[in-house]
Amino acid sequence: MSEVSVQQANDRETMLIHTPFHSRSSALNKLNSWENWKGFMVAHEYDDYELEYFAIRSQTGVMDLTPMTKYRITGPDAEAYLNRLVTRDVTKIKVGRVGYTVWCNSDGQVMDDGTIFHLAEDEYRLCSYTHCIDWLMWSAEGFDVEIVDETKQVAALAVQGPTSCSCLMAMGLEGIENLKPFGLTTFPFEGGELMVSRTGFTGDLGYELWVEPALAEALWDQLFAAGKQYLIRPFGLYALDMARKEAGFIQAAVDFVPAEDQVRVGRTRSPFEIGLGWLVDFNKPFFNGRKALLKEKENGSRYRFVMLDIEGNKPANNSFILNKKGKVIGTVTSAGWCPSAKANVAFGQVDAKYGEIGEELITEIYYERELHWTKVLAKSVVVKGPMYDPPRRRATPPAPF
Amino acid sequence: MKKYDAIVIGAGHNGLTNAAYLAKAGLDVLVLEMNSYIGGATVSRELHKDWKYTNCSYVCGLLRPEINRDLELPRHGLQVVPYGGGVTFMENGDYYGNFSDHNRQHREMARHSVRDANAYERYGADVTKQTRLIRKFLLRTPPDPASWKMSDIKEMMVLAKTVMDMKTDVNFGDTLKYWTKSVGDFLDEYFESDIIKAHLGGTGIIGTALGVYSPGTAYVLLHHYMGDVDGTAGAWGFTRGGMGAVANALASSFKSFGGEIRTDAKVKQIMVRNGKTTGVALEDGTEFYADIVVSNLEAKRTFLGIMDEKDLPEYVIERAKNFKSRGSSGKVNIALDGLPTFPALPKGTPLMAGDFHFTDSLTRMEKAYDDWKDGNFSRDPYVDTLIPTLTDPTMAPPGKHMMTCFVQYCPPKIQGREWTDADRDAFGQTVIDQVANYSPDFKDLILHAEVRTPREIEAEIGLTEGNIFQGELTFDQLFSNRPFPGYGQYRGPVKGMYMCGSSTHPGGGVMAAPGANAAREILIDLKRNNTVPEGYADD
Ligand SMILES: Cc1cc2nc3c(=O)[nH]c(=O)nc-3n(C[C@H](O)[C@H](O)[C@H](O)COP(=O)(O)OP(=O)(O)OC[C@H]3O[C@@H](n4cnc5c(N)ncnc54)[C@H](O)[C@@H]3O)c2cc1C
Repeated sequence: MSEVSVQQANDRETMLIHTPFHSRSSALNKLNSWENWKGFMVAHEYDDYELEYFAIRSQTGVMDLTPMTKYRITGPDAEAYLNRLVTRDVTKIKVGRVGYTVWCNSDGQVMDDGTIFHLAEDEYRLCSYTHCIDWLMWSAEGFDVEIVDETKQVAALAVQGPTSCSCLMAMGLEGIENLKPFGLTTFPFEGGELMVSRTGFTGDLGYELWVEPALAEALWDQLFAAGKQYLIRPFGLYALDMARKEAGFIQAAVDFVPAEDQVRVGRTRSPFEIGLGWLVDFNKPFFNGRKALLKEKENGSRYRFVMLDIEGNKPANNSFILNKKGKVIGTVTSAGWCPSAKANVAFGQVDAKYGEIGEELITEIYYERELHWTKVLAKSVVVKGPMYDPPRRRATPPAPF
Repeated sequence: MKKYDAIVIGAGHNGLTNAAYLAKAGLDVLVLEMNSYIGGATVSRELHKDWKYTNCSYVCGLLRPEINRDLELPRHGLQVVPYGGGVTFMENGDYYGNFSDHNRQHREMARHSVRDANAYERYGADVTKQTRLIRKFLLRTPPDPASWKMSDIKEMMVLAKTVMDMKTDVNFGDTLKYWTKSVGDFLDEYFESDIIKAHLGGTGIIGTALGVYSPGTAYVLLHHYMGDVDGTAGAWGFTRGGMGAVANALASSFKSFGGEIRTDAKVKQIMVRNGKTTGVALEDGTEFYADIVVSNLEAKRTFLGIMDEKDLPEYVIERAKNFKSRGSSGKVNIALDGLPTFPALPKGTPLMAGDFHFTDSLTRMEKAYDDWKDGNFSRDPYVDTLIPTLTDPTMAPPGKHMMTCFVQYCPPKIQGREWTDADRDAFGQTVIDQVANYSPDFKDLILHAEVRTPREIEAEIGLTEGNIFQGELTFDQLFSNRPFPGYGQYRGPVKGMYMCGSSTHPGGGVMAAPGANAAREILIDLKRNNTVPEGYADD
């Protein structure tokens, strides 16, 4: 059977698709603990989520990123099209650079957040959480672009942590140390091409590696062989979730409802309402949602995103947020203990009247110990965040560890 | 002449914690350290090119999370990284491994004793109950039981209430037992297997001039379980970059509040006039002035070393002389050219990341103590060995490794006479041989070794007799009795003079609690806004 038909057979017969790294990741998954990420099978935890998390902060952690939804956008109008689609100014994302962005519907409500990779002249990759080709196609009316879902055609690894640059250097990726944050570059690899971007979802020094599926196993093997002396280890989605909260990154479908999924009125949010107003560039004459966003800017938003530094160590999952008088003003969307920052963080949505940096609010936390429930009204200060932001994240060239 | 608000003598981690809290409260604080580097027993130095050693303390688990967070130590560069694994090698070629996964641990224990594997649940619950009781009082000043002061009576009530509240969980009678009995007797109540008792028992003798069957050692075990890395009680981790990172982060935090540190500044004398401190004088004659002088030094050194006997009550001199600060530990730090192999272990096992022990019965541990009583270092020593470079990539070049060996027992004097360099080398060799018994390629990989007996530990950081805790952690010297009855609240016998080192409650280890508690008392005396965290949010 050819490579492609093996994959097709796999697709038809199994509930969850194996990624091209499966032979490697499954050999290391001692707990046999998997998650369903958009229909792909990806490790939840390999052997110890805590040590996996700490690999990201102290060594190098590797995560299978393949299920990330990826679209290739090409054609003479690619830049103009993207500029119309998303809120930020795409002309500022030069070839060889990556940009984080959001895109909105015409009501100015966020459809998704994601990254735009400017691969070459008239050639982009858009990574998203949602499957959004339907929306991409609607928005493409009148533009000379081609949009292809290449999720399965690109295997990807996140390589994150203070020794990640050392690992890649040891792998022979010459000059990788000069790659700046949000830069991307390519290397010849096993007769094909390896793309490396200095990006990630952990808030630490880190890179993402992209290859065709046929080279995936070779990539994994070479990376782990080179990284051994830098204490490389794989990590699962559990550890990633810990890292991203500490790094202050929101997640679609967790911290906001992608606008297309909304059923009940008023459940979606604008970029301003999820703390991503800085991604909206009104200098652009047209983009989806511009009119509505401009109006919101003038009239004010309904909600405000807050990052809370909460006293104590009980995670504020699913908590109500109260003002100092005890009135409910919002809810927590993500929460957790930050093991490196030693802080108890929560992301929340509050009534826009509240949530200035420095304001003291209250979260209503329930926790259970041996079937006994306790309620705490925890002092919660609105902070700018992120909780953990090590300087090595931005250093170029990075230190060896 | 400039006058500071407060002078802290010693840049150990407790001195720095104390200074940071005083500076945070707005005081103008000077820290004076005799060495050219800070940290005291919390230090990492490069003694072999490109290798960093954790010269004294080597693992971090007791550091109070409240302080870590409050002084923003992560922002000042502190990263505590937990490690897994751990193994005790057996003379018969087998081993006992420590796994973080509960069920895997059960299976490993059952390999040695099915009953012990089950008893471990009871043991775990009991230890947790006892440490929960103690933990509450780490960041509180002990009450003086002989005092009628309102604050003391109140604190005695807190103590009584805690005990009453916990009545359903722990029987206070049991608690008293755990505080006074031997670790051997303690473990005998749960386990039948020698190897399991040996694996768990070592923590009862760490840093202690007592044997596994000496009364009081069960508490030392509890003391080591008191920490909680992120709520995982009893967990231990490495500080990235070595234990010196704790001191560096504290120093950085202290400086962010405007504090000043002077190294190579050995204090000779705390100056006293009219029953009040006025400042300190250095060995080189320089004087610094402040109404508040805090000593981070061990109690003997504080009262018998840098204070004039004339300035002290008789009682304090006598108590200081009788304060037990017996040296019993040594340390060997080794630079390795590669990772040694241990043929008894499965290849690539995660057990390697944790502590290695080579003593497989309490009987062997007790014999190791017998040597100490005879004035010798143990011929078959109990060694707590780790290879931090399997977790922390910053301590040695890539592919190379650093090993730390904490050794019990090593006497402050050899058969009553002073140590010689030859004695020290023989001690180092005994430790290396102990490891090499289980690792055939170990010796060939050694590039450099730092061998520290109590002689070196005393000379380099001023821990009397090399006692790692600044005084034994026995019940007679704990809580309101630390360092002496009547002086358990950080205040010295002279107005303006305070103590903040591990010689005070709650004792030794890289915990930062004594330093913080002392700062709280000082701020109370100054009627300043008190920002030092107090107590413990129990769940
Ligand atoms: C070998 C060893 C291993 C240990 N292992 C661990 C471990 O793994 N984990 C753990 O938690 N704990 C461990 N401990 C215990 C722990 O390190 C100590 O209890 C703790 O660091 C003591 O801190 P401190 O601030 O109270 O005092 P110290 O660290 O003793 O600080 C006192 C400071 O005062 C300075 N000084 C002394 N005299 C003068 C003077 N006259 N003038 C100016 N300065 C002076 C000293 O140089 C020193 O810096 C270990 C200790 C040792 C020795």
